Amino acid sequence: MPEQLFQFLVTGITIGSLYALVGLGFALIYNASDVVNFAQGEFVMLGAMTAIALLNAGLPLLVAAVIATLLTVGVGLLLERFAIEPAAGASVVTTIIITIGAAIFLRGVALLLWGKDFHSLKPFSGDAPIQIGGATVLPQSLWVLGVTVVLVALVRAFFNRTLLGKALLACAFNRTAAQAVGINVKVMLRLAYGLSAGLGALAGILIAPITFSSYEAGVMLGLKGFSAAIVGGIGNPMGAVAGGVLLGVLEALGAGLVSSGYKDAIAFLFVLMVLFFEPTGLFGHKASERV
Amino acid sequence: MRLAGFYAFAAAVALLPALFPDNYFVVVIGASAGLNVILAVGLNLLMGYAGQISLGHAAFFGVGAYASAILTTRFGWPSLLALAAGLLAAGLLAWGFARPILRLRGHYLAMATLGFGVIAHVVMVQATHWTGGPDGLAGIPPLNVLGWRVEGDLQWYGVIMAAMLLAVWLSLNLVDSQVGRALRAVHGSEFAAQMMGVDTARAKTQAFVVSALFAAFAGSLFAHQQAFVSPDSFNLAVSVELVTMVVLGGLASTFGAVCGAIALTLLQQGLVVFEDYEMLVHGALLMAVMIFMPQGLFVGLTQAVRRLGSALVGSKPPAAA
Amino acid sequence: MTALPPRASSLPLLAVTGLEQSFGGVMALAGVSFQVAEGLIYAVIGPNGAGKTTLFNALCGFYQPSAGSIRFADRELLGLPPYRIAARGVARTFQNLQLFFNMTVIENVMVGCHLRAKTHLFAAALRLPGIRRQEHQLRAWAMEALELCELADRAGQPASALPYGLMKRVEIARALAAKPRLLLLDEPAAGLNDTETLALRDLIARIRDSGVTVLLVEHHMPLVMGVSDRLLVLDYGSVLAEGTPADIQNDARVVAAYLGGAVSYAV
Repeated sequence: MPEQLFQFLVTGITIGSLYALVGLGFALIYNASDVVNFAQGEFVMLGAMTAIALLNAGLPLLVAAVIATLLTVGVGLLLERFAIEPAAGASVVTTIIITIGAAIFLRGVALLLWGKDFHSLKPFSGDAPIQIGGATVLPQSLWVLGVTVVLVALVRAFFNRTLLGKALLACAFNRTAAQAVGINVKVMLRLAYGLSAGLGALAGILIAPITFSSYEAGVMLGLKGFSAAIVGGIGNPMGAVAGGVLLGVLEALGAGLVSSGYKDAIAFLFVLMVLFFEPTGLFGHKASERV
Repeated sequence: MRLAGFYAFAAAVALLPALFPDNYFVVVIGASAGLNVILAVGLNLLMGYAGQISLGHAAFFGVGAYASAILTTRFGWPSLLALAAGLLAAGLLAWGFARPILRLRGHYLAMATLGFGVIAHVVMVQATHWTGGPDGLAGIPPLNVLGWRVEGDLQWYGVIMAAMLLAVWLSLNLVDSQVGRALRAVHGSEFAAQMMGVDTARAKTQAFVVSALFAAFAGSLFAHQQAFVSPDSFNLAVSVELVTMVVLGGLASTFGAVCGAIALTLLQQGLVVFEDYEMLVHGALLMAVMIFMPQGLFVGLTQAVRRLGSALVGSKPPAAA
Repeated sequence: MTALPPRASSLPLLAVTGLEQSFGGVMALAGVSFQVAEGLIYAVIGPNGAGKTTLFNALCGFYQPSAGSIRFADRELLGLPPYRIAARGVARTFQNLQLFFNMTVIENVMVGCHLRAKTHLFAAALRLPGIRRQEHQLRAWAMEALELCELADRAGQPASALPYGLMKRVEIARALAAKPRLLLLDEPAAGLNDTETLALRDLIARIRDSGVTVLLVEHHMPLVMGVSDRLLVLDYGSVLAEGTPADIQNDARVVAAYLGGAVSYAV
């Protein structure tokens, strides 16, 4: 039984890392613009599908991954420029619906480009399982964990160490004041969308060898990422990371111990409980009240 | 005349099959549009008037449909009794869920209703013993209204249109009453509404329950009309479609919701041939309407016409609300 | 519910005792006590940040004061939610407009009649005869309030289409439509021009004469001194002085606080 638990934990942390990256993307955009971007999951899907397509076209993995990430960043910037910017100052409901529209639109594009089939990516370094203390770990899981840790550390350093990162935080805290001290809020907004699109794409490329990808793959991932952000305290980037891992572990435990069919229900039930009893998240929320 | 628009609409609905006899498009697509109108008008009470978003409304549609399906096929209940049970179940579920959920606002409310919808869908898929799982439930008997078995496209058109007109009439009445004004007040300023003596939590709960009842009603009819239900009809995409209908026509306008529902039904039918493009168009449409005409097509156009009209008459145009 | 005639009783309509309210360690109200007799216009003045609006929000149940008591018509208000306080006969306007911009002027005022209306969901949805009669009655009541505020000709317009000064008056009409015993006016003159302020002064006096007690927060000194029967001066969340306009104008502490401090009035 303990080995089994450990196995669930490993699975949970792997999938949770993915939720963490998507949740981090949510938090970045929410901070910069007060918008919850329901197209976040589609960034993940676009990253995975583009990388698979480029790989199939004969490009080496690294090149395919870089191009796929850059293309997704481009999509994120276009989304900001042509869907979010024109609706500046709109109500919460309006922006939610705009980003839902964007998500459906991107799904539609993917459907036209790649059809309804499932696609998968070859694991980065083979698929011979590694035994760690009674649990079987796929090498790809280690890739997911490793890259996630590096990405999260980079984002953290970006906010804490660089002027640009601090400027972005300032925007999140008080947009008018940020503008007053000479920060170009528009540029910051684009930065946030580009950054979170890139994070999403990388998450997609990392997970593609483990789960199959299709034009619809982003829907549930996006929702889980949003859940991670809520559990962590919306607008709190590191909270979203912790929330994502927590959600992944809970889901894996639920799937293993209760029923795999109900794992999504368990995850959302947990999110509902958090919303009912601790709506500002389990890990504190950012200083400015945004509700 | 308060209900002039309603009577004109009812006359059009009644005349359509007479003008186009034996027309598959009119009776079948019309019935499908009618169900969507019931759903959209109900959701509009919550979203448009009370100002509370719901991204999980397909769940209540499903509760009504499955209540009718399960009770008639497995327990042999008469269809009207099953319909009533579906309404009761959806109403109770909405009521129990409303109190904790409607304290939330904006994105939190969106997440909570979304989670609710996903959970409901998972249960429909997983509770195979009751719901038949992903394969759904077949063999639902026809609707039996006091001995009259509703059969054939034309009869169904009649039943669904009557139900739809009832829904529209109820909605129009509700909005133009003190209950409706209290709801709109909650949307306009929750502070002021409370200070006028409106129990805002109760008002929101009422809106949530009523819109759930509308959805469950449509669900029961849908189950009997199709004689088959499966979870696919009640998933997240359907919830999003319902929201699309409401915002497409225009929030806070009953006829806006009617137009949105009809427009989206027609659009989907028109795109059936280009099935792969449906998503693309649906997504683009949602974005475009929200960016360029956030008050919705119907409301936006009627305002434009009114402005044009008063410009021609030469009087002062009313300012947009 | 109809307005009760002013009672010749020694009991004050409103008795606030030792009210305390703090926000993150800052005492916004540091033990405020005062009494308002029925049928008066009672003004609360003081510099910005003195706690006037906090006092209003505490009276209306939007805040939960940490100590003290608010007795209204000899019953405790503290701990009740705003809609229950409204039901006891307290109505108010807001410093920053809280009109229902999604409705017409008369609909706004009809919401004000909410406590006098029956709100049965199913009766309303089916538009039973009782609801029809009630709609007529509510409309008539709302028109009365609009007429008192000289807004009758604006009844059918969208609230958002009115000029600012009239919007403020719609808020007063909406509050009056509730037939309150106590009306709280939060800076009704802010943003009004001189003519409008004069009209407001007459309106407030008319409201008092109709039997409604008025609690007024206002910066416009000529208005306050001209219309109030008694005044309360707040400073840093405490009561600095209380009395008739003449008392206050001659109170050394008030004069010192205002002349000595960096306080300015928007006159």
